[in-house]
Amino acid sequence: MARRSTTNPVLETEPLLSRRAFLGRAAGLTGVAAGLAVGGYVVYSDQPIRQGAVQVARFKDFRVAPDPLRPVMAVVRGTRVEAMVQESVGKLGGVARFIQRGDRVLLKPNVGWDRQPEQAANTGPELVEAMVRICREAGAASVWVTDVSLNDPRRCFARSGIEAATVAGGGQVRLPGRDDFVATEMGGKVLKVWPVARFFHEVDKVINLPIVKHHSLSGCTLAMKNWYGVIGGQRNRLHQSIHDSIVDLAAAVRPTLTVMDATRVLKRNGPTGGNPADVAREETIIASLDEVALDSFCLSFLDLAPEAVPFLALAEARGLGKVAWRDLNVVRSQVG
Amino acid sequence: MGGLRGVRRIYAAFFLGLFGFLLWAGEFERLKGFEVGLFLQLDPLTALGGFLTSHTLYKGLALALLILIPTLFLGRFFCSWICPLGIVNQVLSHIFHRRRAVESWEENRYRPVYRVKYYLLVVLLVFAGLGSLQTGLLDPIALIYRSFTLSLLPAVDRAGGGGWFALPAVFHGGVLIGGVLLAILLANRLITRFWCRALCPLGALLGWCAQWSLWRIRRDVDRCNQCKQCLRACQGAADPDGALRHTECHLCMNCIEACGTQALHYGLAGSRSSIGRPLDLNRRRVVEVALAAVVAVPMTRSTLSPRSTPTPEVIRPPGSLPEAQFLARCIKCGLCMRVCPTNVLQPALLEAGFEGLWTPLLMNAVGYCEHHCVLCGQVCPTAAIRPLSVAEKVGAPPFTKPVRLGTAFFDRGRCLPWAMDVPCIVCEETCPTSPKAIWYETVAITSRDGRKVTLKRPFVQPELCIGCGICENKCPVTDLAAIRVSSVGESRSGDNRMLLNQQSGWIEGTIDTGLG
Ligand code: SF4
Ligand code: SF4
Ligand code: SF4
Repeated sequence: MARRSTTNPVLETEPLLSRRAFLGRAAGLTGVAAGLAVGGYVVYSDQPIRQGAVQVARFKDFRVAPDPLRPVMAVVRGTRVEAMVQESVGKLGGVARFIQRGDRVLLKPNVGWDRQPEQAANTGPELVEAMVRICREAGAASVWVTDVSLNDPRRCFARSGIEAATVAGGGQVRLPGRDDFVATEMGGKVLKVWPVARFFHEVDKVINLPIVKHHSLSGCTLAMKNWYGVIGGQRNRLHQSIHDSIVDLAAAVRPTLTVMDATRVLKRNGPTGGNPADVAREETIIASLDEVALDSFCLSFLDLAPEAVPFLALAEARGLGKVAWRDLNVVRSQVG
Repeated sequence: MGGLRGVRRIYAAFFLGLFGFLLWAGEFERLKGFEVGLFLQLDPLTALGGFLTSHTLYKGLALALLILIPTLFLGRFFCSWICPLGIVNQVLSHIFHRRRAVESWEENRYRPVYRVKYYLLVVLLVFAGLGSLQTGLLDPIALIYRSFTLSLLPAVDRAGGGGWFALPAVFHGGVLIGGVLLAILLANRLITRFWCRALCPLGALLGWCAQWSLWRIRRDVDRCNQCKQCLRACQGAADPDGALRHTECHLCMNCIEACGTQALHYGLAGSRSSIGRPLDLNRRRVVEVALAAVVAVPMTRSTLSPRSTPTPEVIRPPGSLPEAQFLARCIKCGLCMRVCPTNVLQPALLEAGFEGLWTPLLMNAVGYCEHHCVLCGQVCPTAAIRPLSVAEKVGAPPFTKPVRLGTAFFDRGRCLPWAMDVPCIVCEETCPTSPKAIWYETVAITSRDGRKVTLKRPFVQPELCIGCGICENKCPVTDLAAIRVSSVGESRSGDNRMLLNQQSGWIEGTIDTGLG
C-alpha cells in the first residue's frame, strides 16, 4: 500500500475521494460499527465474572447386595499375605461376589508417605499385589491403584513398593495429576463440594485397602480415614473438624469391599512413622463389608477404646455401620 | 551442504539434541543416572572459576579439559559445534540473515565493542580470584540452563506443551531470568551472534586460548579475488577476507563453503596463506578493568548478606557448604531446582546478597524438602551442595545426627489451636522425624460462646527439628503459615545456632558431617 513519496512531503496533497470510493468506505465503516454494537450487546454482562455452569459429579454406590447368610467380616491370621487375602475374601462369599468379568476396579491403598514398607506408614505392597492379582483372576478388565499422597506421589508409590506390586499383579498405577480432579458433591455435614480424583467416577468397583496406624488428632487412621486420599484441594482444613470429615467421607464413598492391612501396625508417631521400632507385627488381614465395625475391631491393635474415637459413634448414628462388631457375623481363621 | 560446514551442522544438531534431552531428563522421575550436568562439566569457564575460588577441580569438572586442551590446537570449535547457546544463536542469525550484500558486509565487520567480552571475563576471573564466583551470571551454559529450567520450560509447560514438569512449576523471579535469554536471542536480529561476538565470557576465554592455535581458517592470497562472499557468511566477525581474527573465529566453516574460488581452507598454513591478526586487546584497559573489579568485590561483601549476618530466609538445600564456600562454588545453573521434586528450591533475588543472586533457596510456601530425597546434591556439578547419602541426610547409622536446614517456629497469633480455639495440628501429622519434632499439649478450654473445647496445642522441640519445612508447607493458614522455618540451627553453619546443646565441634571452614 505504502507508496514511496517522490515529492516533498510538506507540499504533498491528499487525493480527492470519488463518490464511489466515499460510499464504499462509508459502508465499510458502518459495517464495522454495527459489528461493534452487536458484539457489545452480546458480551454485555451485569456480573463482573462470566460464570459457566459447573458440572458436579456424584459418587456411585459401589456396594454389592447384602447377603444375610454370609459373614460381614472375616479376620485371618497368618504369615502368607496372599493366602490370607484369598481366605478372608473367600469367607465373605468369594471374589465372584464382588468382581464380575469385565469390571473396571479401583483399589485405594494408603500411599500417603514417602516411606518404605517396614515403616508401616503405607499399606503393605503384599496386600496390594494380592488384591490386584485376585481381581485380575476374577476377570476384571482393568485394575487401577490410586491415592492422593501427602509427600511427592511419585516417590510415595515408588518407595512404598506399591508401584512395583501393582505392576507385578497386573494392574496400573493412576497418579492423579493436576487435571485429574473433578468437583464432586460430598453431601456431608462439613464437606459439601470437593475436588475428587476422577478415577473414582470411571470405575465399576472400588476396594478400600487401608492400614492400621496411630494418628495424633483422630487417634487412629483406619478404613474410614483412608478416604482422605480420595479428595484433592486444601484438605488440610479437614483437621478442624476431623471426626465429622471422616464420617462425611465414609458416607460419600461406599466401597465394594474393604481389606485391612494389620500385618504391620504403626503404634506410635503416626501417621508418618519413620522408625521401625514404632511398628509391631500383628500378622492379620481383615476383609469387611462394614467399615465402622472394621475400624472398631482394629482399635484393639492400638489399645484404644471406641469412646476415645468419636468418629465411630458419629458414623453409626449416620447409619454407616455398627460399632459393636461382636453383634455381627464375624468369622476368624488362621492360614499357614 | 557438505564439507566442513556440513560436518559442523551434524555436530551442532547432535549437541543441541543432547542438551534438549538432558533438560528433559532432568525431571526427577526420568533422572535414572543420566549425567544431566554434562554441559556444565564440559564448560572451561565453570572449571576455571571454581578452581580460582576453591583451588580444586571438582570431579566431573575435569571434563572441561576435553574442551580446553583441543582449543589450544584447533581454536574456538566449542562455540559453533557444542555450545547450545552458540548453536541457537547461530540458527537464529541464519534465519535473520541480511539479504543484501552491503548490509551483511557492514554487519559482519569487526567492531571494537567486541572487546567487551574480554573485559567481562577479566572482571569475572578477578571476582573468582577473590573468592566470589560470579561466572555463572554470564557463562553461556549456566545461563541457558538456568533460563530454560526456571523460565522457558515452565512457560511451555503452562501453555500446554506439558510433560516437562510433573507439577506446574513456579520460580521466584523466573521471568527476569528468561527475559535475559530472550534479549540475547533477539539481539541476533540486530547483529549476527551479538552475544557470542561481544559479551560471552566463555567465548573470550576460548578466544584467548585460540591465540596460539595451529589449525585455523587460511586464505590462499593468490586464489582469493576479494569478492567478500566469505565475510557475508562469517558468523564470528573474524575478517576471513583479510587477516583472520582467529581469536574471534567460531569455526562455523561458513566462509569455506561461501568461497567461489576455493581460496579458504581449515588447517595448517600453506606457502601462500594469509596472516592472522593477534588478539585485539589493550593491556592498559585490561589492568583498569581488573582494578575496578578488585574494588567491587569488597563492595559487594560490605552489604548485609548471610555471609555477614545470619538471614532467616536464606535456607540452603541439604548438604550445602557453609555460606562463604557455598558462594565460592555455586554457579547459579539451576540444576538443583530442575530436579527438586517439590519445587521448594527457588532462585534467590537479593535475599542472599548481591553475590547470591539466583542461588538456590528453600521457599516452603512452594514446597518442602522431602525427607528421603538427596537429589539436589547428587546433581550439583560443583558440589556447592555436597552429595549426601540418604543415611547421612536423615541421620541413620553410622551417622548420629540428621542434616538440619533450619528450625521451625510457631506463630501463635496465627496458629488455629493457639489463636482461634480450632483443632488442627496438621504440622504434627506431617512432621517426618521419629520421634516427631512437633508435640502437643491437650488442653480443655471454654470458648467465647461457652462451649467446652478440647484442643491439642503444638510446640516445636528444636533438637529434633530438621527444618524440612513440610509443616510450613501444609499448614492450612495458607498465605503466611502459622509455623515457619528460619535458618537458625542449620548444620552447615557454626554461628547460626541458638541452643547450647546444638554445638557440633565445628571448626572454621569444615563441614558438620553429623558423624559422631
Ligand atoms: S547449587 Fe544449584 S545452582 Fe548452584 S551450582 Fe549447584 S546445582 Fe547449580
Ligand atoms: S533434597 Fe530437598 S531440596 Fe534437595 S532436591 Fe530433594 S526435596 Fe529438593
Ligand atoms: S498446621 Fe498451622 S495452624 Fe495447624 S496447628 Fe500447625 S501451625 Fe497451627
